[in-house]
Amino acid sequence: MRHLLSIDDLDREGIERVLDRAASFAEVAGREIKKVPALRGRTVVNLFYEASTRTSSSFELAAKRLSADLVSIRAATSAVAKGESLKDTIATLTAYDPAAIVIRSPHAGAAKLVAGWSDAAVVNAGDGKHEHPTQALLDVFTLRQRLGSLDGVKIWIVGDVLHSRVARSDILAFTRMGANVTLSGPPTLIPRGIEALGCDVEPTLERLPEADVVYVLRMQHERMSEAYVPSLREYAMRYQIGLDRLRPEQLLMHPGPVNRGVELSGDAIDSPQALIGQQVEAGVVVRMAVLYELLAGAGAARVLPTRMEVAA
Amino acid sequence: MSVKGLFFAGGRPADLLIRGAHLLDPRAGLDGPGDVLVRDGEIAEIGAPGTLVAPEGAETVEAEGLHLFPGFVDPHVHFRTPGQEHKEDLATGTAAAAAGGFTAVVAMPNTAPVIDDAPILRSLRDAAEQQARIPVGFLAAITRRLGGDELTEMAELRDAGALGFTDDGRPVVSAGMLRKALQYQRLAGGVLGLHEEDPSLSNGCVMHEGAVSARLGLAGYPSVGESTIVARDAALALYEQGRMHFQHISAAESVEALAYWKGRGAQVTGEASPHHLTLTDEAVLSLDTRYKMNPPLRAESDRQALIAGLKDGTIDCIATDHAPHAKHEKEVPFEEAPNGVTGLETSFASIYSELVKPGIIPLSLLVEKLTSGAALFDLCTPKIEVGLPANLALVDLGASWVVGEHGYVSRSANSCFFGRRFDGVVRLTVAAGTVAHRAPAPNTTASGVTA
Repeated sequence: MRHLLSIDDLDREGIERVLDRAASFAEVAGREIKKVPALRGRTVVNLFYEASTRTSSSFELAAKRLSADLVSIRAATSAVAKGESLKDTIATLTAYDPAAIVIRSPHAGAAKLVAGWSDAAVVNAGDGKHEHPTQALLDVFTLRQRLGSLDGVKIWIVGDVLHSRVARSDILAFTRMGANVTLSGPPTLIPRGIEALGCDVEPTLERLPEADVVYVLRMQHERMSEAYVPSLREYAMRYQIGLDRLRPEQLLMHPGPVNRGVELSGDAIDSPQALIGQQVEAGVVVRMAVLYELLAGAGAARVLPTRMEVAA
Repeated sequence: MSVKGLFFAGGRPADLLIRGAHLLDPRAGLDGPGDVLVRDGEIAEIGAPGTLVAPEGAETVEAEGLHLFPGFVDPHVHFRTPGQEHKEDLATGTAAAAAGGFTAVVAMPNTAPVIDDAPILRSLRDAAEQQARIPVGFLAAITRRLGGDELTEMAELRDAGALGFTDDGRPVVSAGMLRKALQYQRLAGGVLGLHEEDPSLSNGCVMHEGAVSARLGLAGYPSVGESTIVARDAALALYEQGRMHFQHISAAESVEALAYWKGRGAQVTGEASPHHLTLTDEAVLSLDTRYKMNPPLRAESDRQALIAGLKDGTIDCIATDHAPHAKHEKEVPFEEAPNGVTGLETSFASIYSELVKPGIIPLSLLVEKLTSGAALFDLCTPKIEVGLPANLALVDLGASWVVGEHGYVSRSANSCFFGRRFDGVVRLTVAAGTVAHRAPAPNTTASGVTA
């Protein structure tokens, strides 16, 4: 694996390899000194064109725990705000000889473009409504920790699929790991043709009790340029997941940040069947595993020391 | 110089003997080897192969093994002049057209400023008479600034040389506005060219709606966003007895609507582009901005419907919608990239390679559809016939080339056929009696191609 742009860059074995590595990093996370020297002297650039709390902070922590040098750039405070193009920004950053560039962009395909313009390994930390592969990996990691295997597991993804890059990467990753995926949400928020990804679509939650896992998506007000539902009140009445709609054995997931009282009720968020906290925890170790796999793993492209290392 | 609504710089009238080419012109009933003598820019004589002799001072072009077609006509190009000459101008655009075998083209008015009043149109005509390698005609806007709410001075624009009218790049959203344009057409004349799109179904969309847009998380523009407006406007054309030409039709439902309203007697015509005839939305999976245009590449069933429409006559002509953009403008994420692809230099070769060679359509139909755009805009149809001005394209069907990343005659290189191997190299173009393009000899690198 040279880059992680899409879940399509990984087959089932590849996903398992990354997650096994993440499990070994999880042991490190339990120690007092949480650092390993794997990426000492390598530079990781975090380039975020969109607001992000958990993804950017977990990538930062992941890079630091691997002892990499880290540069974090946020679009609002950089030359990007002065109108610099993505290509020129990448050219500038390339001068720092980064081993990896982690990019989040509001536009589909941005990470792929960066991969074409830079020698660094590129990690897609979310590109528009397209994909968010590390989120899907940490979701699979979380479920694997809990269930052992995803084979035959019935996962319902509920809510705003249309605007969700998480949903797209999750559908690919869950089905690749053997799960059966069903989408449910307001018909205005289910993209036409999505069944081609190998999932089912249910317009109502009537059959939700069949699910083993209920994965609730965030209502993405910030991505909606028009009203896709008549009101959040009606959305909540039809699609909000609360303990009244869940069986006690069903596991509940959400990529965060939660709109409490919209897609999830407060009692569900705080219930023991919610894995939301575990997902966040998994974020750091899975992103450590991704960086390790790209930069130091068996398939890592760059085996020569970077210029920086030679200079040191 | 000007010839019936077309403007160009002109040049030395050609004296040429094109010897032994396979002459193919369905309208002239030609389909076999022959000699063609061009004297003083006119077709002077057509004879059996080897029978004509070059008079003193005339050049002989040995054309055995090559095909000679009537020059192609493209009723839909964007030459970006005035305002965006960094993408294309009249000189580079018409040179690119000549390199593609075209001998007449019609330029769209969505420039900066928009061609919406007579002085701007006159200045453009003057520029064409200085710079254009082949004859170019101009459409003027239907509505001022393409705003959709105020008619241009259509009658004066016609007097100033507008072949017709279009708001291309945008639809005329209001049916009432379009109706007024159709009524006013009775005074002004000139065809209305229409870019059909319902913005309430397409706003913010960047590709065709389907499995590919669902996979990529890109906003999808459904086919019905085009076809419902085709049907609406064709009904208006019939009601007002106006003439209307549907530009770059992309959807199967639009072909159906066009066929229906033609059957009802509406004076409506339609064009399809080489890219819609040869590519589908699957290409967009790469997120390569070379595949971004409006209307978007649609499904395989749409492509098949367009091909069927070409064959049964529902689609009247092929038009490139040549839409040049600078490299840096396309080197951005897909959603950010401007719509449009170049097409003049690949038009013949793309359709010849993808549809004619595999036996899907006959070569004569391709030649017919690459020339029939002329009559739709009241231009003379190029024909291989004695006494007519020489408008000819000499093509080597046996020569293949790979569409390159750069090296085009056009100022821009945003071809959606990048990397494809095509057959068919235009060796010589004679437009309005003058030699407008001559490719390097075989076995050397041709313009716009890497051999």
